[in-house]
Amino acid sequence: MAHKATRSSFGETIAKLAEKDSQIVVLDADLGKSTMTGEFAKKFPDRYFEFGIAEQNMIGTASGLALGGKTPFAASFACFLVGRYETIRMSVSYSIANVKLVGTHAGIGIGEDGYSQMGVEDIALLRSLPNFTILQPADDREAQAAVTWASIYKGPVYLRFTRQKVQDVHDDHYQFKFGKGDILKTASPAKESSKPRVAIFATGGVVYNSLKAAEDLEKEGILSTVVNIHTIKPLDEALVLELARTHKNIVTVEDHSIIGGLGSAVSETVAESGIPTKVLRLGVKEFGYSGSPEDLYENFGFSIPKLKQSILSFLK
Amino acid sequence: MKAAHAHNAFKLEDEEVKRLKEIAKELRVWIIRMLTEAGSGHPGGSLSAIDILTVLYFHTLRHHPNDPNWPVRDRFILSKGHGVPALYACLAKSGYFPMEDLLTLRKATSILQGHPVAQTVPGVEASTGSLGQGLSIAQGLALASKMDGTHYRVFSMIGDGETQEGQIWEAAMSAAKWQLENLIVFLDYNKGQIDGPVKEIMDLEPLASKWAAFNWDVQEIDGHDIKKILDAIERTRAIPGKPHMIIAHTIKGKGVSFMEGKIEWHGKTPTKEEAEIAIREIEGSAI
Repeated sequence: MAHKATRSSFGETIAKLAEKDSQIVVLDADLGKSTMTGEFAKKFPDRYFEFGIAEQNMIGTASGLALGGKTPFAASFACFLVGRYETIRMSVSYSIANVKLVGTHAGIGIGEDGYSQMGVEDIALLRSLPNFTILQPADDREAQAAVTWASIYKGPVYLRFTRQKVQDVHDDHYQFKFGKGDILKTASPAKESSKPRVAIFATGGVVYNSLKAAEDLEKEGILSTVVNIHTIKPLDEALVLELARTHKNIVTVEDHSIIGGLGSAVSETVAESGIPTKVLRLGVKEFGYSGSPEDLYENFGFSIPKLKQSILSFLK
Repeated sequence: MKAAHAHNAFKLEDEEVKRLKEIAKELRVWIIRMLTEAGSGHPGGSLSAIDILTVLYFHTLRHHPNDPNWPVRDRFILSKGHGVPALYACLAKSGYFPMEDLLTLRKATSILQGHPVAQTVPGVEASTGSLGQGLSIAQGLALASKMDGTHYRVFSMIGDGETQEGQIWEAAMSAAKWQLENLIVFLDYNKGQIDGPVKEIMDLEPLASKWAAFNWDVQEIDGHDIKKILDAIERTRAIPGKPHMIIAHTIKGKGVSFMEGKIEWHGKTPTKEEAEIAIREIEGSAI
């Protein structure tokens, strides 16, 4: 089982794609060592633009490059990109520019650097822009597929990657299907009708733990389906509604604010459907802080035992 | 022989200046008409910009109005998006869309919104109107042009108030780093912004030396003198390896005496009666 940070998957994939696609360019704002664009920069120095610490200029210039026919990938920490939200709104979204924003260091999972470097509200902000597509892969294979998909698709895309290494949840045969929920585990058929069923929707760095928690719960009689949501926008609403109908209980898990991210997207979909469903949103509810990623995942409820505990008390 | 040739060249240039002046005059009238019809918008900064835009659209830019997406066209990015009536007037006069459409400005049924919107109006390259952003977009286009070896030129206009935005100075640094000699930027220095005189709100001076310090090629001209605008653009061709800043000293509301230099005409439109007076004055002015 590979154990790799999705930001590294991005760096390797973009360098590979650029060999065949000469329109790909990469932009950085003095964080190339962290966004893992070094390989690209070395191989394609004429297609690599270092802006220094000037994110809004980087984002605006990406727009111009896109309008000039290039496929720019502009990378920084997720929080610094959306810190220039209004530039994204006007110069990228409203200018319908084919820009790929690459936000690394997603969530509290970055650990020791603390809240100032954590992307916790990025999905919420970008989800409100009408023409933005938002992708958050769960592991190395999916990250490679998402970057490849984004390089071909014409339109603004936000790619969200982890700083920390994540465990594989897919094998070699995995096929990325844009816009479709990726079912990692299906609830065993109910032997007794009284057994509770829960559909768990997870995205990004917390998908592996969510899957493990669900597998453990199954042993304790909790029947669960686990869906990895790599495409947060547009959301696979059909799948959300189908599982709302068949499971009656939904849990969302994301290393992002519980406001405006996957939990909100799922809740909005379910609420408008009229299907009677209980929803529990697990996510970040307060400022992050410094600590090891493991300690923070424990404290913020994303460890396997904490996830199990939250789901169990939700189903009581 | 040589003298006669030079004489002819002068004569041709005089005729070109006269032709451009006549277009600018006509477009000033359209700006007044469209803003009066719309009942809202920005006359001051449209009238200060129109002479420069006229030179760009009717002399300098390589573009095909019947093929707005011609890949190697020269680009123009109006970073000071509120000056869009001047841009719309130039686009219509160039043939991107009918002149009558100008009178639909700011109506819900019109393609001509209150600020430029990309891919909705033929000839509008990017959405602007949130100040400070257009220069970075222009820079990206200039980079793409150089990468492709097409060397189309990218022109942009920023406002003086807009120059207070930090992003302008971020782009000032990077355009020099990448030696974008195909990027030519006009600063419409009309000395006024919504809350008052630029000098009082947040003084830009010393402005020319600021841009020079950022390693730009800098010129300072009278932004209403067609000949000087033509010369300034021509001169940029002789300076390699640097982006070009043309600080154009202009007058807000230029061409309408009761608007000239008056801050209140930044974002106020004339009444029907005031418009008539303004149009009579513009039409009666000497070329």
